[in-house]
Amino acid sequence: MQEPPDNDDERRQRDRRQQARRAIDHLPVDVIERIETGPVMITGIVGRLGRRLARQLHRSRAVIGLDRRPFPDRPKDIEHHEIDIRRNKAKDIFRSKRLAALVHLGTMHDPTRTAEEQQTWNVLGFQKLLEYVRLYDVPKLVLLSSASLYGARPDNAQFLGEDAPLLGAGAFSEMRHLVEVDMLAQSFFWKHPKTETVILRPAHILGTVHNAPSNYLRLRVVPTLLGYDPMVQVVHQDDVVRAIQLALRPGVRGIFNIAGPPALPLSRGLRMLGRKSVPLPYPLAKAGIDRLWRAKMTGFPAPELDFIRYVCMADDRRAREQLGYQPQIDLEHTLASVDEGEWG
Amino acid sequence: MRKRFALSRLADVAANDMLPRAQRLLLGARQSLADYGRELVGEDFEERTRLLRQRYERQGGDPFGLDPETAKYLIIACSFFHRKYFRTEVHGLETLPEGRVLIVANHSGQLPLDGAIIGSALFLDLHPPRIIRAMVEKWAHSLPFVSTFFSRVGQVVGVPENARRLLELEETLLVFPEGTRGISKPFNQRYQLSEFGLGFMRLAIETNTPIVPVGVIGAEEQYINLGNVQWMARALKMPVFPLVPQWFIPGAQLPLPTKYRLYFGEPMRFDGDADDDDAVIEEKVWVVRQTIQSLLHRGLRERKSIFF
Repeated sequence: MQEPPDNDDERRQRDRRQQARRAIDHLPVDVIERIETGPVMITGIVGRLGRRLARQLHRSRAVIGLDRRPFPDRPKDIEHHEIDIRRNKAKDIFRSKRLAALVHLGTMHDPTRTAEEQQTWNVLGFQKLLEYVRLYDVPKLVLLSSASLYGARPDNAQFLGEDAPLLGAGAFSEMRHLVEVDMLAQSFFWKHPKTETVILRPAHILGTVHNAPSNYLRLRVVPTLLGYDPMVQVVHQDDVVRAIQLALRPGVRGIFNIAGPPALPLSRGLRMLGRKSVPLPYPLAKAGIDRLWRAKMTGFPAPELDFIRYVCMADDRRAREQLGYQPQIDLEHTLASVDEGEWG
Repeated sequence: MRKRFALSRLADVAANDMLPRAQRLLLGARQSLADYGRELVGEDFEERTRLLRQRYERQGGDPFGLDPETAKYLIIACSFFHRKYFRTEVHGLETLPEGRVLIVANHSGQLPLDGAIIGSALFLDLHPPRIIRAMVEKWAHSLPFVSTFFSRVGQVVGVPENARRLLELEETLLVFPEGTRGISKPFNQRYQLSEFGLGFMRLAIETNTPIVPVGVIGAEEQYINLGNVQWMARALKMPVFPLVPQWFIPGAQLPLPTKYRLYFGEPMRFDGDADDDDAVIEEKVWVVRQTIQSLLHRGLRERKSIFF
């Protein structure tokens, strides 16, 4: 006779906690200290997520920002460098500071930029950063990737684990460079075990951020697809910030899906937000959005329709068990956060 | 007072005499429809739906998109077939264990009505009620409306990860290990089990789930399949093309009103290694298959008539 299942789960959790402890035991004391107290570099700090992370971190430790945009209203103790990550000047900062960690939020998601710019910024820029991390032995690297990279497909399992293939670029080739960035981090993880590499793949991040899901929910009249109502996962920006902070602890490494409150049908989310929605037949919606996209009248490329058509949900059990992550913000507040102001 | 114009007299009659009568008639019809509905689904139907809703609300909603309020309507539609059309007899449902269960049944009848009837029995004849979860072909989930409908009534995309997850959520999962081989059996092979797949056994061992074997009697005779036309199936790119004469007679598309009998067996537990060799798993599958075969034999022995 086998043990009842809940004991089984408990045992698995206990094993994982022990594993995590052992991971710290292997680290030299000075490395642990460096990770815990050293300065953290945040790329893309001027973005809305970057600012929130900086506000959480700067009271307890030094924060260095790296962004080509200016950061005028930053707290006094944050050191900000207004440079392009592709420039060699970035290297000097790595050389002069004994960084505890690099948090890479500076991936370009804006689909209206040219493919070439996105490609060189994301792939070449990140490759340079990886080189500096290796050269100056930065002990921690955190990349904010995305669960959308798994792709929304009709034959997806309801919950995709971290080992699911990144098929998002199959139907949406503009996503290719984001997949490449994730892959670069994965190979870095194996090639340079001295650096603790963490890849976070959050579900649709909602909040004051300007990403596709938040912008979609901010539309006054929300188009949906006739006959499709997939389950969607959303996560509040502050829960993502919390996950990044957890990933910065010594001993944490690997890929983690990050999800928020329980998943819900898209239609229910729109009802909870009180949005008016217009269901359109898919071929019509696709043709319409293609037109608008070519006329540069919309920020949504047509392949993104798949995310309101098919399911793309991440299994966040690993984050809950190994990272100790637990979403704090409930569904209503997560959804409502798209309407909040800048610092709401 | 007598009205002068014929039309106004007519209006008078309509307002004072016919309208109340029509209202009474409508009310009566609605009442009898409600009575009929109650008779079909049972007095405690709303209570059953409420129990299920509570169960999923406690979890923060079913992550696969099941909505008991939508599933309710499908159950009402199925209950007509369950209670009136096939007049299902259910045996051995009381031994169904609590928590996660893998229901393994013989598959028959050209159209998967056997699944619908097992689902109705678990909702209407069991306390507390359960919603059966089954796996649906992947392509069905790419179709508009169909995909949403399936997901609201609890049917999920047919990939192994989903089956595992459902059992971990303590759901009741229905599998037909015979697959299309079973459902499209020609009439001369009725109640002879075809080959079983091995996946369900590995799943049960891995998730430590009891298997409940079910023998379904009555579905084999609902459509008479004279044989599968292979070249037709190839030409139409369908898995099989059953030759059912009934389907070519206009108005005779409904199944024959056979009497369904469901025989639920005792729960069976298996342990060992889920990744064992096929030969080892096959032995365990054989035990389940024999149990279902003997349930079928028992049912056929007890049956006096196909239709009553």
